Amino acid sequence: MTMQFNDETFRGDYTYRNSPEAIRRFPFPFDRDSYAYSVNIEQHPGGPKGSPFEHMFDVDEHYVAEMRDREITLAEDPLRCQSLPHMELAGWDLLELIMVSKARDYPDLFSLTRAGNDWHWINRPMGIDKRFIFLDAATLPYGPMEYITRQTQGDFALLHERDGNLWMDAGMVTSQADWSLDFDVGMNFFEWHAPVPKARQMGVFDKALKFLLAVGQGQHYRRLNWTMTVNPRLDTSPENYHKWGPEKRTITPENVGHKQFLRVELQTFFRLPRSHALAFPIRCYLASLDDLVTQPKWARRLHRVLRDIDPDLADYKGFAVNRDVIVNHLSQFDDGAPTSPGIFPED
Amino acid sequence: MSKLALKVTAVEELTPLVKRFRFEDPTGAPLPVFSGGAHITVEMPDGDTIRRNSYSLISDPYDPSGYEIAVRREDTGRGGSRHMHTAVAEGDTITVSVPANLFQLDLRARKHVLIGGGIGITPFLSQLRQLDRAQQPYELHYAARSRAEAAGIALLPQAAHIHVHISEEGNRMDLGAILDGHPLGTHVYTCGPEGLIAAVADQAARLGWPTSAVHSEAFTAPPPGEPFEVTIASTGQTVAVKADQSLLEALEQAGVEIDYSCRGGACGRCETAVTACDGQIEHNDHWLSADERAAQTKIMPCMSRFTGTRLELDL
Ligand code: FES
Repeated sequence: MTMQFNDETFRGDYTYRNSPEAIRRFPFPFDRDSYAYSVNIEQHPGGPKGSPFEHMFDVDEHYVAEMRDREITLAEDPLRCQSLPHMELAGWDLLELIMVSKARDYPDLFSLTRAGNDWHWINRPMGIDKRFIFLDAATLPYGPMEYITRQTQGDFALLHERDGNLWMDAGMVTSQADWSLDFDVGMNFFEWHAPVPKARQMGVFDKALKFLLAVGQGQHYRRLNWTMTVNPRLDTSPENYHKWGPEKRTITPENVGHKQFLRVELQTFFRLPRSHALAFPIRCYLASLDDLVTQPKWARRLHRVLRDIDPDLADYKGFAVNRDVIVNHLSQFDDGAPTSPGIFPED
Repeated sequence: MSKLALKVTAVEELTPLVKRFRFEDPTGAPLPVFSGGAHITVEMPDGDTIRRNSYSLISDPYDPSGYEIAVRREDTGRGGSRHMHTAVAEGDTITVSVPANLFQLDLRARKHVLIGGGIGITPFLSQLRQLDRAQQPYELHYAARSRAEAAGIALLPQAAHIHVHISEEGNRMDLGAILDGHPLGTHVYTCGPEGLIAAVADQAARLGWPTSAVHSEAFTAPPPGEPFEVTIASTGQTVAVKADQSLLEALEQAGVEIDYSCRGGACGRCETAVTACDGQIEHNDHWLSADERAAQTKIMPCMSRFTGTRLELDL
């Protein structure tokens, strides 16, 4: 195996860390020095070699540790993975999409051999070697969605299309930015987006829904979203707010550099063939301010974005209480020089 | 839109009016599987232009070895079906879109009632294979005027839950009886002439079916009409739309780039903003809301037409 996987934690002692290569490939979400909510959708996959946009499902140095963290979260709260009965077919579609993509994109890590519906899947980083019958759930230890998403980084929502709307009828959600599958399951597109300030009035969601309904087979898209998290915690769920909410109060000017993280979601959309459901993987990437300021362009830009952001958005993104400390800290890295367009670091 | 270049591997005459076509990858590679009720758009060269018609897939949705469609010859239509009947032969290469679905089954249903009239049987042929595979209870009703016209009979399996109603034989479809007495959570799907769709919706409403359990295939072929002209705002170019041509086809012929998927007014892809309108848009789509229609600031070029002195599009 060519890839090295970190031995690290996303809770307790928080030993999560980014290697210099992981920092350089971090999906920094700001392509200019200011931020406003937008739909910012691009085709997926596609991007510079080595970037997290290159493949359908990015696998990186955090893979094995993230899967271990998911297992802990699921053991504590099995409702983080739910699938209404009519979504099993979508689960198989998702399993196929992920297995086929990973085996093609990372042949040294994964392999898939198919003879009709007799499938043989090998996941080397996780030490899994499994033969099963495609579309026969009795041959897997979990339902198809749960089986494959216990082996794939990122959260997953499977959206059922009916009555001109999308319904979140299945999901695996253990690394979410403060939303709850148990609360949102069975809701439609507008209901689960209700907490986003100002976006509904702006008509952004009407447009986004129309766009999503029109996504066809073989056309995949992505967008980036972001928020801020104290400590490298994947599970910032409402259910566990009592565990991570108070940590927001631990930020000081001395520790902000290594305790404050930018949390970026790489959201992708896939139309699934047999079920006609939409798969909505939400992959989370974390980088501390210390990590980010190693790239001078990002340091300058992040300072300007956070300094000038609408206070309502700072509140929604969860960092209003620490905004002054963060902005003060970042100001020392901003000499006022112009930044180049686009999200990638300068060489 | 993703396209596939396929080989025509079979053409079969089902009735004097209906032909079945089978397409396969020329190298034998597997094709994308799909969901019951999906359609493909077929490209047909016609002089200096390309005609595109959408047809429901009638083959097994989980079988990647080929796609099959059934085409009814419409001599008064825009020429697409005539082309399929007269010019397409085994061994030809044909360009089709990947499958898209605007008429899917609601897999939450306790039971499915499928009602097809005439060539409207086609989307059900893939759906019933999906339902058989999922072991979901369903019944299918197929209505046609005469046995000679009922191309669907050759394509339907014989089973107790598949009912054929031939009106010439005094065996007309009785919607009241068909829609009555189903368990709660049954969904009904209709595809066929507008009249049949309306009659099913009407009868279902009378029997107290929730509207969310009543589905119909929304897309139809673009209707012909009077010729008209549009202006392209960015270039000032004028494009003439002929009587037997859709606005989308005329724009494509004039080399104006425009997105599309269903070409039947249902998917929303071709939605175009109107920058000036002096006259009346004939909205034939199923996409825009009543308010949007009345405002006349948007048009769906795949279906809609115009009468008046000036229509300018944001293209
Ligand atoms: S192409 Fe689908 S609505 Fe026009």
